[in-house]
Amino acid sequence: MRTNISAISKKEERYFYLFISPWIIGFLIFIIGPIIASLYFSFCNYDVVTPPVWTGLQNYKKLFSDPLFWRALKVTSYYSLLSVPLGIILSLIIAILLNQKIRGLVWFRTIYYVPSVISGVAVSLLWMWIFNPEFGILNFLLWKLFRIHGPAWLMSEEWVIPALIIMSFWGIGGDIVIYLAGLQGIPTELYEAAEIDGANSWKKFINITIPMMSPILLFTLVMGIIGSFQVFTQAYVMTRGGPHYASLFYVLYIYQNAFQFFNMGYASALSWILFIIILLLTLLIFKSSPLWVYYESTRER
Amino acid sequence: MLGSKKKEEILIKTIVYMLLIISSIIILIPVFWMLSTAIKEDSEVYLFPPEWIPKKIYLSNFSRALTFLPFGRYFINTSLITFLSVIGQLISSSLVAFGFARLRARGKDLLFMLVLSTMMIPSQITMIPIFILFKLLNWVDTFKPLIVPNFFGGAFFIFLLRQFYMTIPIELDDAAKIDGCSYFGIYTKIILPLTKPALATVAIFTFMWTWNDFMGPLIYLNSREKLTLSLALSRFTGMYGMTAWNLLMAASIVVALPCFVLFFFAQKYFIQGIVITGLKG
Repeated sequence: MRTNISAISKKEERYFYLFISPWIIGFLIFIIGPIIASLYFSFCNYDVVTPPVWTGLQNYKKLFSDPLFWRALKVTSYYSLLSVPLGIILSLIIAILLNQKIRGLVWFRTIYYVPSVISGVAVSLLWMWIFNPEFGILNFLLWKLFRIHGPAWLMSEEWVIPALIIMSFWGIGGDIVIYLAGLQGIPTELYEAAEIDGANSWKKFINITIPMMSPILLFTLVMGIIGSFQVFTQAYVMTRGGPHYASLFYVLYIYQNAFQFFNMGYASALSWILFIIILLLTLLIFKSSPLWVYYESTRER
Repeated sequence: MLGSKKKEEILIKTIVYMLLIISSIIILIPVFWMLSTAIKEDSEVYLFPPEWIPKKIYLSNFSRALTFLPFGRYFINTSLITFLSVIGQLISSSLVAFGFARLRARGKDLLFMLVLSTMMIPSQITMIPIFILFKLLNWVDTFKPLIVPNFFGGAFFIFLLRQFYMTIPIELDDAAKIDGCSYFGIYTKIILPLTKPALATVAIFTFMWTWNDFMGPLIYLNSREKLTLSLALSRFTGMYGMTAWNLLMAASIVVALPCFVLFFFAQKYFIQGIVITGLKG
């Protein structure tokens, strides 16, 4: 009998590997293989036409003295630091408003999500037109409502990143949907118990809503940061990194090095630095999460 | 006493509705502005103050925008790439997810952790070697680099489908096994039919991502007749010298339309997909 069970599980195991084989093959060809190759290229001089030439740490040395590398890092961090937290706060506020037992919930949710449906190049073109300093709707509204002369937005070194941050808020629909579902999942008994104890709305928000939502906030924070470090389409279509490198996003700089200057080695070194930054940020967030993320299962222990 | 509490409640509700309505209007203004620009006459585009509703509707802008470039060709290209990518993701991700959700094997948990961790890897790190690989295969300037990787499963979809598959009672598998059903039979006869909504979610997200993808086509496609809609749209700006905003907006609307239509007919699956990945991740 025992041999029979192990025979079944052997068979089951074979089938398991058979079923997941597409992923294993894909993992080897499209993830692990390329990661190793990319590490190798990052130590080489490689222009695609001639074979790679080993140059040791030269790419990495060049990188640290390359003002555009630092510029790209600065631009991307600036964007990330503002767009991600502000986007999370905005989505959370809207999700809380939507969770107030209101009528027309489905309609509002649809409206907030619509911008996320149109994405990529079409959105970039639309916002180029909105930000048009002379004929765009934004500066018109700023003048009409507040008597403010709007800046040149995408054509201004100072305003191009704020403009792209504003544009990023247009796509927060996905986070709103996630937060709303999270809020709906918080047991009402928790709030009722707090009310009996005389807690006001603010106390309930700080002591119930935020802790209960913290795992979801953690997830969206990590995904948001990873996403913000990978901004490309907006930068390529709307500004090409300009004016005067003021919107030279990191991935745009990788793209230019790889596919416009054909410095594959240098571009690989750049992408390794990006990888390490994302890895460190993710680790930092996860390591700090026990301080602020609340998991129900740890309480029960 | 009761009266004042009731009054306070009404006041709060009013504020909530007002904030929701104002933010909805802010969200919708760009969409409205896009539509309004698309149907304006050339000179009306540059009026200041702008007209919210054009005096006369120029639907001909759409045909002008679409005939300027071979949009029909690009529509077919994009549809072909998208359709095959969806098929690839549906087959591969569901097979892999079935393995992870229904079959027992040593090293399974470790492998699943590996699947999840690949979601954190930025695609830029693999972009250059994959490009060189496809170049060696002579696949550059074909649709293959954009389609083929979809046949090896996506971590995100494997995770999403696995979550769904785990909710189906394992007793169904056991009963089928007693009836002599193979593992592949359980996959096609039990799991797939019961998880159609999850497969719809995978199809929809793959559709959206492939349809709107920009960097992939930008890297791999060069020939004028092989462009995708996104890529063609980005070149449109240069060609018209950034002036014809009405035509640009008309073209953008046409490109975004399939995603819009899909969203309105399949909203449920969108919401479901977002919620599941967001809450259980």
